Amino acid sequence: MLVDEKGMQEEVIRMSGTEPKKCMLCGKCSATCPPSMDMDVRPHRFVKNVKAGNIEALMESESLWKCLSCFACVERCPRGVEPASLVEAVRLLVIRQQGKNYLTADDIPELIASDEEIPQQLIVSAFRKYSK
Amino acid sequence: MDKTYLYYPGCTLKTKAKELDAYALQSMEMLGIPCKELDEWQCCGAVYPQATDEIATRLSAARALEEARQKDCDLLTLCSACHHVMKRVNHDIASDADIRMKVNNYSEFETPYAGETKVVHFLEMLRDTIGFAELKKRVLNPLTGRKIGAYYGCLLLRPSNVMQFDDPENPYIMEEFLHAIGAEPVLYSYRNECCGGYVALDDPALVQKVCTKVLHSAEQKGAEVLVTACPLCKYNLTKHDSGDVPTYYFTELLAEALGVKE
Ligand code: SF4
Ligand code: SF4
Repeated sequence: MLVDEKGMQEEVIRMSGTEPKKCMLCGKCSATCPPSMDMDVRPHRFVKNVKAGNIEALMESESLWKCLSCFACVERCPRGVEPASLVEAVRLLVIRQQGKNYLTADDIPELIASDEEIPQQLIVSAFRKYSK
Repeated sequence: MDKTYLYYPGCTLKTKAKELDAYALQSMEMLGIPCKELDEWQCCGAVYPQATDEIATRLSAARALEEARQKDCDLLTLCSACHHVMKRVNHDIASDADIRMKVNNYSEFETPYAGETKVVHFLEMLRDTIGFAELKKRVLNPLTGRKIGAYYGCLLLRPSNVMQFDDPENPYIMEEFLHAIGAEPVLYSYRNECCGGYVALDDPALVQKVCTKVLHSAEQKGAEVLVTACPLCKYNLTKHDSGDVPTYYFTELLAEALGVKE
């Protein structure tokens, strides 16, 4: 477990492969983000918080489970920052902890039974995003 | 033209999206494009592992890519998500020495794999191997008068520096395809916006919101149906349309136009 916020910030930046310092807080990522209005921490503020080292707060954020990985923010950021990669890195910090999976294998049978049209792709992708 | 494509179907095309697969293969046969399925393949994982330290989740893509190199074939994809994963993992292996080394250490390929394989989406194959002008000539049942909206979604287009599929903000390949099969493409502003993807499992209300925007946007411009290359887009859009604008796989319309739809 990473104990200090500085270490966590370094870990997030390393995993994400992107540099939040380049952000100029223009807000374009949040403007283009489809679930932005359903997020407690919108993409530009997510980047700002990584830059400020507030990783523990981000680990509690609902935004981790609202991001669609649509890469609109990545495509449209004028500074080449990848907000989605920072969201993914923090999500991984959470689910890589023991017992912190957001979805478990036990949840799957019921989900599949609920709708026989569900494509495998949906189960696999949700499992990859929410479980380690 | 005669180069055999090595085809990677992916998990969903053998199960819930059999039509996407079957119509594609029938059409390729009709068009005389040699194609063979990979001997062995595993699910690509459906989402690209963005974190630079994720290696295991890149390996099934690496294996498929390496098999294509061994056989000296281009790797042909059809599902948008598979295409996205293959293309980006291949790019990682080619451009990131650390990822390349770790993938090879795990995989123990006879010759280290360095991203040599070309990953080609079915639509790119139609454009570049056959050509849309030629495709048009091969059409037996043109879909004359049918107003069709191309739904690109996210994964084929973004990030454009890696995907290099089309103009990410004003794509045109699917419209060209629709022209070739005699239909009338309908341009609408949400054709490259997200359907909600995997969040459907956790927050269907959020997915309903984003799908409704896409469907309204298409309907307002007069689209009667949408076409997609992605089983998850089709699932999400179908779940939230009110029956007015149904979504089809583009390969179904291709097979219909070529007269091979059974
Ligand atoms: S679009 Fe880029 S520069 Fe603008 S706020 Fe978002 S991350 Fe920062
Ligand atoms: S990838 Fe996530 S954060 Fe970025 S625009 Fe899409 S939903 Fe928003």
